[in-house]
Amino acid sequence: MGIRILKGGMLTTVQDLGRTGYQSQGFSVAGVMDVRSFKIANLLLDNPENEAVLEITLIGPTLEFTSATIIAITGGDFEPTVNGEPVPMYTALYINKGDILKFGSARTGSRGYIAFSSYLEIPVVMGSRCTNMKSSLGGFKGRKLMAGDYINFRIKRRYLPFFLSRKLDLNEFDQVGATLRVVMGPQDDKFSRQGIDTFLNSEYTVTSDFDRMGCRLEGPFIAPKESSDIISDGISFGSIQVPSHGKPIILLSDRQTTGGYAKIATVASVDIPKLVQRKTDHKIRFKAITVQEAQKLYLDEVKELDEMRKEIHQPCKEVLECRLVAKRLRTLFE
Amino acid sequence: MQNIRILTAGDSSLLVEFGNEISPEINRKIAATVQLLREQHIEGIVDMIPTYCSLLINYDPRVLSYDEIRERVLALTKMETIAGTQRKRVFEIPVCYGGKYGPDMQNIAEHAGLTEEEVIQIHSSRDYLIYMLGFLPGFTYLGGLDERIHTPRLANPRLKISAGSVGIGGSQTGIYPLDSPGGWQLMGMTPVKTYDPGRDIPILVEAGDYIRFVPIDEAEYLRIKELADRGEYQCTVHEGGV
Repeated sequence: MGIRILKGGMLTTVQDLGRTGYQSQGFSVAGVMDVRSFKIANLLLDNPENEAVLEITLIGPTLEFTSATIIAITGGDFEPTVNGEPVPMYTALYINKGDILKFGSARTGSRGYIAFSSYLEIPVVMGSRCTNMKSSLGGFKGRKLMAGDYINFRIKRRYLPFFLSRKLDLNEFDQVGATLRVVMGPQDDKFSRQGIDTFLNSEYTVTSDFDRMGCRLEGPFIAPKESSDIISDGISFGSIQVPSHGKPIILLSDRQTTGGYAKIATVASVDIPKLVQRKTDHKIRFKAITVQEAQKLYLDEVKELDEMRKEIHQPCKEVLECRLVAKRLRTLFE
Repeated sequence: MQNIRILTAGDSSLLVEFGNEISPEINRKIAATVQLLREQHIEGIVDMIPTYCSLLINYDPRVLSYDEIRERVLALTKMETIAGTQRKRVFEIPVCYGGKYGPDMQNIAEHAGLTEEEVIQIHSSRDYLIYMLGFLPGFTYLGGLDERIHTPRLANPRLKISAGSVGIGGSQTGIYPLDSPGGWQLMGMTPVKTYDPGRDIPILVEAGDYIRFVPIDEAEYLRIKELADRGEYQCTVHEGGV
């Protein structure tokens, strides 16, 4: 019982929140790019917050199920179908044995997530099931999925309470661009006043150099005071480094742990999904906020996800109405 | 010692800058801070990346706010005990130098104007401080290579360097933890697996430790390699105060 990969798509990998705790030894964290869509996919199925999912990229895969399960699809819209029939996203979906789940290319966004109620049987390596492709570590054999691969499920779990309530609003990803809120630093003092003004007041374009490691932007030159080289230091998720060519590079899930270029700012965690769902030629702007504001946004999102969790655990409205009618009918005949 | 600066690195990380130069003193202070932070088990700290002169701390803003962690880290870096919590660990890394194990040994010796024996003697006669790990899992940035054997990188980097290769790249020396492309001049090989994903502790060393290269012959190399492949070889480690 599990899934068979019929087509791998462009880049389909097993991911979770990443392999933390080993960066001091040079291991990249890896993990999902769009943490919000990932969390919502698991939330729809009452999965543990860090349960492994499939992350799909630009051109989606085709999967065959060898047993029944429940899935949820979130993130960019890859126009998913089951046995040729379109299926809704952000909704818990029953899947039968033999069903074929097929994705097209990303109509909106660029990354999608598939969560499974039966959990993927992927060994935990150093605390995580995520794929670190550079080190061939974790995930499915340390690599992306290809036709013929087979992943078992760990458990049988084909029932979820409040099934009909398990649908949430779609996350519509803007089709042209995004404004990313950033916290300045750690090395914003390496840039001239003019350089920082350029950074905060210009429009940058997403180039085709955009993968799980990072996203290179094209646009006006960000001037350093002298040199933007620093003694190598640690890099965080969303660090915006500006090498001497003056164009920002935003470092993402598969980033190296350390680097030698000055980092002008860091993208607020809640806005990283907006960036990773971009496509080439989309536009990016930056807006500075304080670290306290960024943390407030982070906590607000935690609350928002808690609200979603409550929402999908309410009895479905349509079912409630039926129950009410039934009750009235019963009193009528009593 | 320069003043310690705390810098923001987004809403889930903070950078503690201990100085702006590469020096063993600064690095020792960072290693001691990492040790202290680990001993204190501060809830909310997710990961730490110690580097040449700073320490990046990843934390969970659900547990710790920026102001809270900033205050705690500042208090900690001011603790007088930091110098006293030192311990020095020296890992002995056996190396079979030259021949097929070190295809660039001749280059290195010629560049230095020394014999191969002299190069080996120089390379294996001091303990190297591990300033940081990065680039690849388990790749060590070592300080203190003797100037006499500094050797420029290869003009044409190799597409594949085998795990265990020991080389020199400019003023640095180190061990390749896994197969990787690279431009360093290769002087030998160690049979020890510095990185083994199947082991409980995949990487043996950490920033702040020292490495000592110990010359071995081919027979010893093969003997240790057989043990290491079975996961039965343990590096000699010397522990003591600084």
